[in-house]
Amino acid sequence: MKISSVKIISLLFFVLSAFYLYTANQIQVFAFDVNSPFNAKTFPIYLGYAGMFFAGLQILLPEKSVEKVDHKVLDYKRVIYLVIIMIFYGLTILKVGFFLSTSIFLLLSYYFLGERRWKLMLIFSFPFVALFMFLLHGALNIYLRDPLLKYIGIIG
Amino acid sequence: MIEGILIGLNTALSLKNILMVIMGCFFGTIIGMLPGLGPMTAIALMIPITYGFDPATGLILMAGVYYGAVFGGSTSSILINAPGIPGTVATSFDGYPMAQQGKAGKALAIAAYSSFAGGTIAAIFLLFAAPSLSKISLSFRSPDYFALMILGLTAVAAFSSKGQFLKAMMMSVLGLMLACIGQDTLSDIPRFTFNNMNLSDGISFVLVVMATFAMSEALMIILRGTDPSSAAKAISLKELGSIKLDKEETKKTLKTIPRSSVIGFIVGVLPGAGSTIASFLAYGMERSFVNKEEKEKFGKGSVHGLAAPETANNAACSGSFVPLLTLGIPGSGTTAVMLGALLGFGIQPGPRLYMTNPEIFWSVIMSMYIGMVILLILNLPLIPYIARILAVPRTFLIPMILFFSVTGIYLMSFNTFDIFLMIGIAVVATGLRLYKFPMPPLILAFVLGGLMEENLRRSLLISDGSFNFLWDRPLTAIILVFTILIFSWQSYLSLRSKQSSK
Repeated sequence: MKISSVKIISLLFFVLSAFYLYTANQIQVFAFDVNSPFNAKTFPIYLGYAGMFFAGLQILLPEKSVEKVDHKVLDYKRVIYLVIIMIFYGLTILKVGFFLSTSIFLLLSYYFLGERRWKLMLIFSFPFVALFMFLLHGALNIYLRDPLLKYIGIIG
Repeated sequence: MIEGILIGLNTALSLKNILMVIMGCFFGTIIGMLPGLGPMTAIALMIPITYGFDPATGLILMAGVYYGAVFGGSTSSILINAPGIPGTVATSFDGYPMAQQGKAGKALAIAAYSSFAGGTIAAIFLLFAAPSLSKISLSFRSPDYFALMILGLTAVAAFSSKGQFLKAMMMSVLGLMLACIGQDTLSDIPRFTFNNMNLSDGISFVLVVMATFAMSEALMIILRGTDPSSAAKAISLKELGSIKLDKEETKKTLKTIPRSSVIGFIVGVLPGAGSTIASFLAYGMERSFVNKEEKEKFGKGSVHGLAAPETANNAACSGSFVPLLTLGIPGSGTTAVMLGALLGFGIQPGPRLYMTNPEIFWSVIMSMYIGMVILLILNLPLIPYIARILAVPRTFLIPMILFFSVTGIYLMSFNTFDIFLMIGIAVVATGLRLYKFPMPPLILAFVLGGLMEENLRRSLLISDGSFNFLWDRPLTAIILVFTILIFSWQSYLSLRSKQSSK
């Protein structure tokens, strides 16, 4: 018997709801609130049950039409590359600074999406981010931490 | 009311706010033209910018984006048969055949005039309906609000995702679960934070919207290998022809507008229904109103068939502001995003909004008129040029969407944890969307989560833990009956279709 992907997702949601319900029951409420008609864990407990109820229905009821997704035509490789680039961006933004990490993030994103016009890629990365930072500092008065630019002496 | 209108006009007609409407309409039109990227994505990308302004200006900007996106969606429907948003699918039935007959300019003009008229008529309705409904809703108590929120969530799950009711309900519950993360508002007890300090304030609404719409939409485009900007390229190359309507076409459009405006507005007010249902309903009803000869033309370039959905979808946009502004409960995913943004400004929409913040209440209504005029005089003649701007390659468009999403969230908190959380939510949302799990119910539930818990808390404390509050007041009982009817009907439909497929 083949189980459809929607049923597997619903099963995962059922497990998540059960875990949510368990965690909700573990929430420590104040002693005077334990027997109160409503405390910090009341609503989450209801949600845990509701999640299990709807996921259970989705699992038990027969499917109208099986949702078919052709994985062969989906470009997972590029999505994974982009997710890795975004994680890398998140890891470097504080240490390297906004300017360099954002510019590299854009440059790498263009590259991994198949762009090879280097002139355009460079224009829409380093100068673009510089302009963006200038607008943030100048127009909206938002300070961006940037150790590199501070070291060079461009920003104070 | 006159005083309110003057306050609204005074605020909406300030140079800054007019600029915001123009910017919003322009930006909305651009995003709306891209198939797949609808008003929710456009508004989500705008939220971090709006936090730099006062609430009235921020909301005016978002309202402009909303209309612009709907108009942009109509443009791609008419010119290349690729509706940017579901609300403009019905527009393509007659708009595209007209464009094929060499009347693209006329079709766009009919769409623009109908949108303008529909939006304006609905804004007049809103002008009268909103204050009256606000007065009525002052008598609402916590149990009524709680019941209304359950009704809103059920209706959005039922109507926004055809045939996916259970999936939509699961998404609603997931949205509510996410909303519970962080400290409890009353007791400050941490919930579901797993000792992570970054989660103690809960998950930011903007983060969830950006991740589930802007970022996951960008990932979906890459995953499927589609190129949304190809639509814009096709539009920019299209010959529009004359935009002048003859006497006969004007007469037909004028006949259609009033009835479709009424349908659109009423459907827009109803929770969950929105512009998609409004446009299809208006299209279907218009077909039954016209004579046999006109009926034959439907689907082949009928003026009535184009004007009806266009009028209705814009009227529904204005209508959807009624529950948001008067009850503080959004009726659609897009207005849910706006509610979230308002809450971010520290403003609680609801019956008291037009007393406590009249400038916001009235300026939004007034800005709707201004938005309509701008769409008519600015965007219509500029369509081919706007499309040309948009015809940027996918290789640049997607990184830009990701850049604005990630930077937007980073600039709000300066916390890299939010970036990682956003990436995680976007990846999960992309996987769920692949299997047709709808996202608007999740957003609506996430926005309403806090309010729902608060109202349930008050109701249960007043009734000393008894659930009698659900039927003690006739109003609560009536709302609940509607909820049960929608739920039962949807469950019956799913069961019936599942049995018939066996």
